[in-house]
Amino acid sequence: MNAMSASAIDTEPRAIVEVEGVSKIYPGGTEALNNISLDFPEGQLTTLLGPSGCGKTTLLKIIAGLIPATTGAVRVDGRTVTGPGPERAFVFQDFALMPWATVLRNVAFGLELRGVARSEREAVAEQYIGHVGLKGFEKAYPHELSGGMRQRVGLARALTVNAKVLLMDEPFSAVDEQTRRKFQEDLLELVARERKTFIFVTHSIEEAVYVSDRIVLLSRRPSRVSQIVEPNIPRHADPEDIRRDPVYLDTVEEIWQGLKKYLDEGI
Amino acid sequence: MTLNIFGGKIRVPMFCSLIIWALLWEVVGQSGASFIIPPLSAVFARIVEIVPTASFADALWITGKAFLLGNLIAVAFGVPLGVLMGRSIIADRIFLPWVNLFLSAPLTALVPVIMVIFGLGETTIVMTVVLFAVWIIVLDARAGVRGITPSLAEMAKVFGANPWQAFSKIYIFAALPELLSGVRLGMIRAVKGVVIGQLLVSIIGFGRLFELYSSRFLMEHFWALLFVLFAFAFTLNEVLAWLERKVDYYAATRHQ
Repeated sequence: MNAMSASAIDTEPRAIVEVEGVSKIYPGGTEALNNISLDFPEGQLTTLLGPSGCGKTTLLKIIAGLIPATTGAVRVDGRTVTGPGPERAFVFQDFALMPWATVLRNVAFGLELRGVARSEREAVAEQYIGHVGLKGFEKAYPHELSGGMRQRVGLARALTVNAKVLLMDEPFSAVDEQTRRKFQEDLLELVARERKTFIFVTHSIEEAVYVSDRIVLLSRRPSRVSQIVEPNIPRHADPEDIRRDPVYLDTVEEIWQGLKKYLDEGI
Repeated sequence: MTLNIFGGKIRVPMFCSLIIWALLWEVVGQSGASFIIPPLSAVFARIVEIVPTASFADALWITGKAFLLGNLIAVAFGVPLGVLMGRSIIADRIFLPWVNLFLSAPLTALVPVIMVIFGLGETTIVMTVVLFAVWIIVLDARAGVRGITPSLAEMAKVFGANPWQAFSKIYIFAALPELLSGVRLGMIRAVKGVVIGQLLVSIIGFGRLFELYSSRFLMEHFWALLFVLFAFAFTLNEVLAWLERKVDYYAATRHQ
C-alpha cells in the first residue's frame, strides 16, 4: 500500500490538517525536515513513525505552532498556522504537569487560561478525569501518581479543551510496558468515542500498527515522507486477537523492512 | 562532636563550643584587659535593659520599616527583571553584565552617592536596602526560570497562555525554590544594607544608637545592640531557609 492507493479510496474524509512543503533548518544548519507535504484526514489517527532523531517531533511541534517552519505552511481547518490555537491540543512526552497543582487544576488548566469560571471548568475536568480512569484522584498531586497515571492527566487536560486535533508526542514512551499496552487499548476506545483527529508520534512499530488508521514513515534526517501505510486491521476485535492477527503481523514486518535500510545506512 | 571520656563515647552538642567561647569572653572581660571587651554577663544584662526602652523601640520601628519596604521594592523589581532575563536572550544580554557587576561591587562605596541624591533620611536607608538586596534576587529568579522544564513553557503556550498568564501561573511557581533562596540571600544582604546605610547616615535608627554608644565608649550598650542585630539576622535566615525546604519537593518533581 502506498500514498497513491490511499488517495484512490472514494470515501476519503477531508483533510483537517494540511502540511505543504514544510522544511525546517535549525540555526546552526541542522536540516531536520526536507520539503514535507502531508494531509491528515479528519477523525483518523495518523502516526508519524521513523528512526529516532528523524524530526517527527519537530514536525509535530510545527503543526502545534510551537516552532516556526523555515519554509512551507501548515493549515489546520483551512487556516494557516502562525502559533498555537484552540483547535489543537498537545500531549507531552514528559507529561508537562504543574507539580504544584492538583490533578483537577492540571486537567482544567486549558480552560482556566481561557477564563472559564471555576465551577464550570472543574465540572468539565471531572468528567474527563473519569473518562481516563482517574476518578478519585482529583485532589492528588502529580508526584503522588505513577508515570502512567501522570500521562492520563496529560491526556485528560488535552481532551478538556475540546480541540479538534490532538497532537501526541511519544505519549507512552515514559511509561512501562504493561501500562503501555493498556494505554494503547484505551487510546483506541478514545479515538472511537471522541471522533477527533489524532496525530501521534512514536518510534515503536508495533504501537504504530496497533493504534493507527494511517502510518507515515519518515526517512532519516533530513526527513522526507518515505512511505504511507494504512494497516487494515479489524479495530473492534479483542486486543489479544489484534496482536495475533496476520494482517497486524504482516504490516509490522512490512514497516520493519522499510525502516531497516535506514538502520543499515546508519551503521 | 564526640569525646572519649573514661573509655565511653559521649555525644557533645554543637552549642557546647559556643559556651566555651562565651566563658572565655567572660573571663577576659572580668579581667579588665580591654575596655572594648566588657564581661559577657554585663552585655546580656544591658540587652535586658536596652530592649524595652523607647529609643530602642523607635530605632527598631524605623529600621524594620526601611528593611521591609526596601525588600518589597527589591522583590517587586528584581523578580520580574530576573524572569524577563531568564526568558529573553536580548534582555539577558542587556542586563546581565550590570547585575553581575553590582553583585560583586563594594556597594558601601555607593551609599554616599545615594545620600547625595535622596538626602540624609529614611529614603536613603530604603534605597540602600534595595541596592544591597536586589541583585541576588534578579540572578536567582533568572536561574530559576532558566531551570524550568522546556515542556512546561511549551504547555503554557500550547494551551493559549498570554505572557502575563505564563508569568503568573507557570514561571513564578516553577521557579519558586530559586526565587525563595534569592529572597533569603537578598534579605541577608539587606540586613547589611540597612545597618551600613544607618551607620553612614548615622542620625536615624540603630545607626544613631551605634553612633551614640561608640562615641561615648558605652561598649556594653554597643555589644548588646550588636547581639540583638546578629540574633535578628540569624533568625530571619533560619525562618526563610525553613520556608525554602518546604517547597523543595518542587525541585525534585519539577524535572519529572
